[in-house]
Amino acid sequence: MTGQILNLILFLVLLLVGFIAGRLAESSHYRSIRAREKALAKILVFSERLPPPMHPAPASRLVSGSAVISVDYFKRFVAGLRMIFGGRLGSYETLLDRARREAVLRMKEEAMRKGAIQVCNVKFATCPISSGTKDGVKCVEVLAYGTALIPRR
Amino acid sequence: MLISNMEIVPGKTVVKHLGLVQGSTVRAKHIGRDLMASLKNIVGGELKGYTELLEDARREAVERMTAQAESIGANAVLNVRFSTSSVAQGAAELFAYGTAVVLE
Repeated sequence: MTGQILNLILFLVLLLVGFIAGRLAESSHYRSIRAREKALAKILVFSERLPPPMHPAPASRLVSGSAVISVDYFKRFVAGLRMIFGGRLGSYETLLDRARREAVLRMKEEAMRKGAIQVCNVKFATCPISSGTKDGVKCVEVLAYGTALIPRR
Repeated sequence: MLISNMEIVPGKTVVKHLGLVQGSTVRAKHIGRDLMASLKNIVGGELKGYTELLEDARREAVERMTAQAESIGANAVLNVRFSTSSVAQGAAELFAYGTAVVLE
């Protein structure tokens, strides 16, 4: 009996910690994403297969960025409830959105360090990572990669 | 060695096509990292350890691909793609492949 109560208390504490810490972490992450997106806005990103014609021909280099982001305890619980009724899983949507934008930002940062002005042929690869047990680590890795075009002077 | 995920290189021409080259590596995460990650999993957010691990592994896959391309006399690898798959619980394979060419 006491064991069950302890379990329940642990569950509620985890839920509360997940809710508060997760919410704070997410909003600060979104703030940093928005600020960096503004700062890197001058690097253009295309999913076009071929680069626009430029003269003189630019140098090209592969650039990539990746991020592994996990969802907090509270959101995972809410998503678990959601699975009963089906429909939109808002908590996982923000997870993937954050991971993807972060990956693109890292790719742009690498492109910027190499002196590029645009990145062409951008591809995304998403891979869920989960270890062994049912309650194991659940997170998603997003990789963004493309070819950076570096103008020659 | 030039690596690009486009099919062409602006301002250069492909003079010789040498076929597919590939590189892969299988990595498992170690227990310490896994423990930290499961703690981090309660509050959510980025798992830096995993990001670094996968980045390292991907770099190695690209290096292996590059080495293969060099051994057959290429000076560039074009149309590079990446893929990740989990082969076993807690282990992932990172795979990079592309076309080895000689550029002029």
